[in-house]
Amino acid sequence: MRYDSLLDSVGGTPLIGLPRLSPSPQVRLWAKLEDRNPTGSVKDRVALALVENAEKEGRLKPGDTILEPTSGNTGIGLAMVAKLKGYRLVCVMPENTSEERRQLLRMWGAQIIPSAAAGGSNEAVRVAKELAAEHPDWVMPYQYGNPANALAHYYGTGPELLADLPTITHFVAGLGTTGTLMGVGRYLREQQPEVKIVAAEPRYDELIYGLRNLDEGFVPELYDESVLTTRYSVGAHDALRRTRELLAAEGIFAGISTGCALHAALGIAGQAAKAGERADIAFVVADGGWKYLSTGAYEGTLDEAEDRIEGQLWA
Amino acid sequence: MSVSVSIPTILRTYTDGAKRVEATGATLSELISDLDTRHPGLGDRLLENGQLRRFVNVYKNDEDVRFIDGLATPLTDGDAVTVLPAVAGG
Repeated sequence: MRYDSLLDSVGGTPLIGLPRLSPSPQVRLWAKLEDRNPTGSVKDRVALALVENAEKEGRLKPGDTILEPTSGNTGIGLAMVAKLKGYRLVCVMPENTSEERRQLLRMWGAQIIPSAAAGGSNEAVRVAKELAAEHPDWVMPYQYGNPANALAHYYGTGPELLADLPTITHFVAGLGTTGTLMGVGRYLREQQPEVKIVAAEPRYDELIYGLRNLDEGFVPELYDESVLTTRYSVGAHDALRRTRELLAAEGIFAGISTGCALHAALGIAGQAAKAGERADIAFVVADGGWKYLSTGAYEGTLDEAEDRIEGQLWA
Repeated sequence: MSVSVSIPTILRTYTDGAKRVEATGATLSELISDLDTRHPGLGDRLLENGQLRRFVNVYKNDEDVRFIDGLATPLTDGDAVTVLPAVAGG
């Protein structure tokens, strides 16, 4: 396939059947390989949409500085887009994210402002909002509240999935900004009202939830509960186990958040098989495993791997 | 009838530091009443005007109760309930 530039190649990712992990020919699992985007994650779609939306609204002009809180992938996507379009990028990123993410951001020319590990992305959002107030000339796309995030999936990921899998019954994705689930969910619901939209939320260990009080919790502005059918919480042990199963059974080398989505997808597949119902379950491979090699997630026993990623923002 | 409830760090001041406590109730609402009896004040941190607080997520066997029956979610012996504050991803 030929494209005029790297930016034109965002999206259009393959949907891959998983014959070994699917319980039966009537209950099938499908992986949407979003790691095939230019910087290796689903967030390239979002990054491009956020920047092009700001350009369209006249909020960005060449040479401007973009500011964004990110645990990694959105920042890396934004850094690539910013480099090609001539913007400067400042990312606020929690310090407990993998070394690869920081190296990649620097490679594409982004400046990183670390935020404290305790509180995870909540803290990055808080710091970024402060910086935005101090630098009114910087442009903060703000992925958690910017409709362009969900629209990238409404106009891109959703239609791609339906074209490749018209018999889709379930869509499963990780819950972070909620953009993927909101965008794909709304599109699929309009086309197939019976479709089930399932969120898989990473359950981190305690450090990440180290808020001072409950009023400092955070729900992304994009989140609309009515789009979802259900929402599962998946801990590190299950996420790691499923990430390894995906590699061992189907040869797909994915990041740890994919194991989180796969765990929920397999749960649904098991229920459908037990009930004797037909199901075509698509889930998102948000990124490949490359950025997590240094965490030790893929080596040794599961318990060892779980210990190694303790305190890390692994999704 | 006993349900195991996992308590997040920020609410353990109500449970003498315990990470996991036992409580009873046929529904989540009853469970929270029982929790509040055993650990006074805890109920108020979970509920506001008779609803789950916005930044509190409660899971029954890993499924968000807001997508089951909310406070009317039925519970049976051996269920695991997890309480977590809402955090950002991405």
